[in-house]
Amino acid sequence: MQEFLQYLFSGVTNGAIYAVIALGFTMLYKSTGLINFAQGEFVMLGALSMITLWSGFELSLPLAFLLTIAGVSVVGIILERLAIRSVRKPHPIVLIIITIGASILLRGVAMLGWGKDAHSSPAFSRNEPFEVAGATLLPQSLWILGIVLVIVTALHFFTRGTLTGKAMQACAINKRAAWLLGIPSETMVLLAFAMSAGMGAVGGILIAPISMSSYDMGMTLGLKGFCAAMLGGLGSSWGAVLGGLLLGILEALGVGFFSSSLKDAIAFLLLLLILYVRPAGILGARAVHRF
Amino acid sequence: MSVKGRSVLVCVLALAVGMLLSVSPNLGRAGEVYRIGGVFAVTGPSSFLGDPEKKSLELAIDEINSRGGIDGRRLEAVIYDTEGDPTKTVLAANKLISKDGVLAIIGPSLTPTTLAIIPLAEKEKIPLISCAAGIKITEPVKPWVFKTAQNDMLAVATIYEHIQKKGIKKIGILTVDNAFGESGKEQLLAQASKYGIEVVQAEGFGAKDTDMTAQLTKIRSAQPEAIVCWGTNPGPAVVAKNVKQMNLKVPLYQSHGVASPKFIELAGDAAEGILLPTGKILVAEQLPETDPRKSVLKGYIEQFEKRFQMPVSGFGGYAYDAMYLLAEAMKGSNGDREKIRNALEKIKGHPGVTGTFSFSPEDHNGLGADAFVMVEIQGGKWKMLTP
Repeated sequence: MQEFLQYLFSGVTNGAIYAVIALGFTMLYKSTGLINFAQGEFVMLGALSMITLWSGFELSLPLAFLLTIAGVSVVGIILERLAIRSVRKPHPIVLIIITIGASILLRGVAMLGWGKDAHSSPAFSRNEPFEVAGATLLPQSLWILGIVLVIVTALHFFTRGTLTGKAMQACAINKRAAWLLGIPSETMVLLAFAMSAGMGAVGGILIAPISMSSYDMGMTLGLKGFCAAMLGGLGSSWGAVLGGLLLGILEALGVGFFSSSLKDAIAFLLLLLILYVRPAGILGARAVHRF
Repeated sequence: MSVKGRSVLVCVLALAVGMLLSVSPNLGRAGEVYRIGGVFAVTGPSSFLGDPEKKSLELAIDEINSRGGIDGRRLEAVIYDTEGDPTKTVLAANKLISKDGVLAIIGPSLTPTTLAIIPLAEKEKIPLISCAAGIKITEPVKPWVFKTAQNDMLAVATIYEHIQKKGIKKIGILTVDNAFGESGKEQLLAQASKYGIEVVQAEGFGAKDTDMTAQLTKIRSAQPEAIVCWGTNPGPAVVAKNVKQMNLKVPLYQSHGVASPKFIELAGDAAEGILLPTGKILVAEQLPETDPRKSVLKGYIEQFEKRFQMPVSGFGGYAYDAMYLLAEAMKGSNGDREKIRNALEKIKGHPGVTGTFSFSPEDHNGLGADAFVMVEIQGGKWKMLTP
C-alpha cells in the first residue's frame, strides 16, 4: 500500500507537468489546428528564465513568475510573426516542420545563452515533504497540481464564456468564414501562439524546482506532453489534464511493477496505440474536437 | 585509349603525385617539430570532458616546449573537435594520420568514440592514448592502444571496499540508461560477490528523467542497507534530492561521474553526506605531504587555473597525463612510432594527475589503487576519508 501510494504521488507529480505541456499543445490546436513541436522548447525557456530571474537576479517569486510568462509569450509571438505567418502556402505539414526547425533554433540559442550545464532552482515554499501513510509528497507537487487545475478551469471559462475565446474557436473551424464575419483572425492566431507559449513557460516554471533544467530538456518533455495531449484527445483542455495524469501514473506504475527501463517505452507505446485506434482524430481532421 | 581518356589519366596521376608531395613535408618525424594529434569532444553534450582535456593538452605541450621540447625538438598540437560523435571522430583521426602526419593521437574523450578509431590506430600502427573510461578500450590489450582515465572497475572496487568496511551486506543500485551507466552496472553486479555484497534491487533511469521516486520506492521495498547511484549530471542530483525527499535513512554512494563542483551546486542540501570515489585532484590540498603526487597535482591545478581562469575539473588530467607519458616515451625515439609504443609499455611509476602509471604488456591502463580516494560531501565541500 505504501509503495502503491508512493508510485501514485510520483506519477501525479510527473503527470501534472505533462498535463501543462499538453494544455499548450491543445490550446494552439484548438484555435489554429496546428501542432507546435517547439512547445517543449517553451518549457525549457520558461524553466531557465525562471532560474535566471529568481535565483540570478533575485526578483520576488510572483514578479519572476509573471516576467517569465510574458517573456516566453513574446517568443511565441515572434515565432508566429516571423516563421508561421510568412509562409505562402500554409499547409499543416509545412507549418509543423517549421515548428520543428524553430525548436532546434531555440535549443541552440538557449545553449549559447545558458551554457550546456544543468541548473537548479529552490522550491516555491518549504522543502520538507509531507508524509501520508508512509509515502512522501513534496509541497512542490501540490503547487503543480493546484496551478494546473487553476489554468484548466480558467481556460474552460475563457473558451466557453468570453467573446475572444469563442472567436478563437471560430477561426479554427473556418478561418475565412470567421474573417468574413468580422473576426480579426490573424490577431486570434497571434493570441493563441502567445497563450500556448505562456502555458509552456508555466510548465517550465513548475518543473524547475523539482528537477534539473538544461538547454536540451525540451525535447523529451515536449514529446511526453504531445503523447498526453493525444491520449486525452487533442483539442480538449480537460482531456489534456486527464491524458497527462494518466500518462504520469502509468509510467510510475510501470516502473514499480515491471521495470524502470520500460518507463519511456510506455509513453510511446500508448501514443502508437492511440494513433492506431484513432488515426483520423490527429492531423487530418480540420474540425475541433469537443468534449 | 582515346586522347581524351589519356589526358584524364595524366591529370589524375598529376593530382596523386601532387597530393603525395604536399603531404610529405608535413610529416611530424621529418620536420623540426613533433606533431601530436588530439581528438576531444570539445563541444556537444560531453564538452565537460573534452573542453578541459583540450586545454590541458595545450597546457602540457606549452610546458614541455618551455623546457626545450623533446630531444631539442618542439612539440605542436593538432586538435580536432569530435562533438562526441563516432563518425566525426573517425574522420578526424584519418585526417590526423594522413594529412597532418601526427606521431601519436591523444583522446578521444568517450568510450564509443575511442572504440570507433581503435581499428584505425591498429592498422596504421600509431600510438593512441585514450582519455575515456570504458574497460573495453584496454581489455583485451591492443598493442597500440593505451588509456589514462580510471576504469569503472577500479571505481566500483573503491566503493565496495568502503561498503565492506562498514559491514554492509545488501545494496540497491540505480544506474543511468547509457553507456556509462551500463558499464557501471555491469561492474557493480560482477564484483559484488567478491566483497560479500548482495545487490537486492537494480533499477535504471533515463538521462533526462525529472523524478526518480518510483525507482527509489522499488529499491526501498527491497530493504537495502546502502544505495549506489551511477550516472553523470544532472540525473544523480535528482536522485540525491529524491532520496532526501523520501527520507531514506541509508548511505547514498555516487560514482566518480559526478565528481565536480557542479554536482554540489545542483543537489544543494541533498548533497550532504553523499559518498563517492574521485581522483585525488579534488582533494589535493588535503593530501599528506608524503604523497609523491601532491606536487604534480598542485602544479597542474595552479597552472591550469592561472592560464584559463576557471576552476580545474577532474577530467582534464587525462589528457595532461597522456601528454607527459607520451613525452617520456618519445625521448630518444627520433620520431619512430614503434619505438614510442615500446617505450610507453615500459613506463613504470610515473606520477600523474590521475594516478601513478605503470604500464606493462598486459596492462595498458597502468593505474594502481591510488587513482581513487573516497570522499564525503560535508558542508558543500569534499572531505577526504582516510583509507
